[in-house]
Amino acid sequence: MRIDFDFLSVLSQWHLLAIGVAWTSGLTVVATAVGMTLGIACAWARAHGPAMLRWPVGVYVELIRNTPFIVQLFFIFFGLPAVGIKLSPEVASVIAMVMNLGAYATEIVRAGIQSTPRGQVEAAVSLALSSRQVFLRVVLPPALKKVWPALVSQIVIVMLGSAVCSQISVPDLTYAANLIQSRNFRAFEAFIVATALYLVLSIALRRLLQWCGPRFIFGR
Amino acid sequence: MVEFTLWDILRNLLLAARWTVVLSLIAFIGGGLVGGLLLVARLTGGRAAERLVGLYVQVFQGTPLLMQLFLSYFGLALIGINVSAWTSAALALTLYTSAFLVEIWRGSVAAVPKGQWEASGSLAMSFMEQMRHVILPQAVRIATAPTVGFLVQVVKGTALASVIGFVELTKAGGMIANATFQPFAVFACVAVVYFALCFPVSLYAHHLERKFHGRR
Repeated sequence: MRIDFDFLSVLSQWHLLAIGVAWTSGLTVVATAVGMTLGIACAWARAHGPAMLRWPVGVYVELIRNTPFIVQLFFIFFGLPAVGIKLSPEVASVIAMVMNLGAYATEIVRAGIQSTPRGQVEAAVSLALSSRQVFLRVVLPPALKKVWPALVSQIVIVMLGSAVCSQISVPDLTYAANLIQSRNFRAFEAFIVATALYLVLSIALRRLLQWCGPRFIFGR
Repeated sequence: MVEFTLWDILRNLLLAARWTVVLSLIAFIGGGLVGGLLLVARLTGGRAAERLVGLYVQVFQGTPLLMQLFLSYFGLALIGINVSAWTSAALALTLYTSAFLVEIWRGSVAAVPKGQWEASGSLAMSFMEQMRHVILPQAVRIATAPTVGFLVQVVKGTALASVIGFVELTKAGGMIANATFQPFAVFACVAVVYFALCFPVSLYAHHLERKFHGRR
């Protein structure tokens, strides 16, 4: 038995792959920015917020963390139109990714917030900083710094998870691979190439976030 | 036209959830075995084995599980093995699980203080004796909570097997949604069943974490 690989017929469709990479990256960037904000807000609500906010946030976090991303996505894309909320595949994907990252980020950031020494908060309060200033300038930056590696890993996981969005016809990298293999029947080669691209993307994303963190997010 | 009650939906979903559970167990046990072998290779095989296992972990953790499923589905067919969705899903999930477990366990072994190695070495224990009587009993305690926690990820990972046509909870949900025209109720039920499967495991992992963390 001989297996002939034909990677050229996949690579010749590079423009489709490039569009896929662009969509996957774009979805990830938007989901990261919004999801991190959501996660920080929810972490604040769980650690310092009023009691009536605390448990709904807890329910949200546990619901998301204990159900698969694909089910969340299907619920948003196929389920919500039944109650009158129609979303395009792209918007549904971004919402699902944001909700997903938000829940995990909440738990991660909360762990960081709780490890901030009380004395620092007391010192900040004694300098007459408002509670908002205390949280944003004293508590949050060292908390983010402490949990940054975990957050980076989670963002990479969300990026890899976005492969599922191809199932609701978002033109991401997986969708491109599927499209190519449906044209030239080189399924294995198409998915190998896409997998390699995902690997490169995940390594690049990890490096980028590790580089960005100390410079723009929490300071050295 | 046939009317479907909520009970009809839930009953059929629960029937399909059996396969989610079975696939999770296969992946978890198979992944545990492969992960164990990789751990042994990594601990005993010197630099080269360490590099290779590291590469294995990076490849499986750095690529989407969905791609791994596609590759096992089309790859097995390519080398002439007649694949069902069962086989390829079990294979992909086993390898995926093993990559994460070997990393968790490697960390747990590394977390055992160096003095323990030195002390047992000075008692003239061989590597296997050190492992069996000194290192592993301590590493297992450290590893238990994250390993149980990872079981939740495995259960959620099986949902992706629906994409290659394996009829488990998510796939059954899609089929029932198409039959009943009630996607909202159906996918909410699917989510509830997954939650019922995963949440107790999460709680147990959390409980273990506290128990072992408190004692140290």
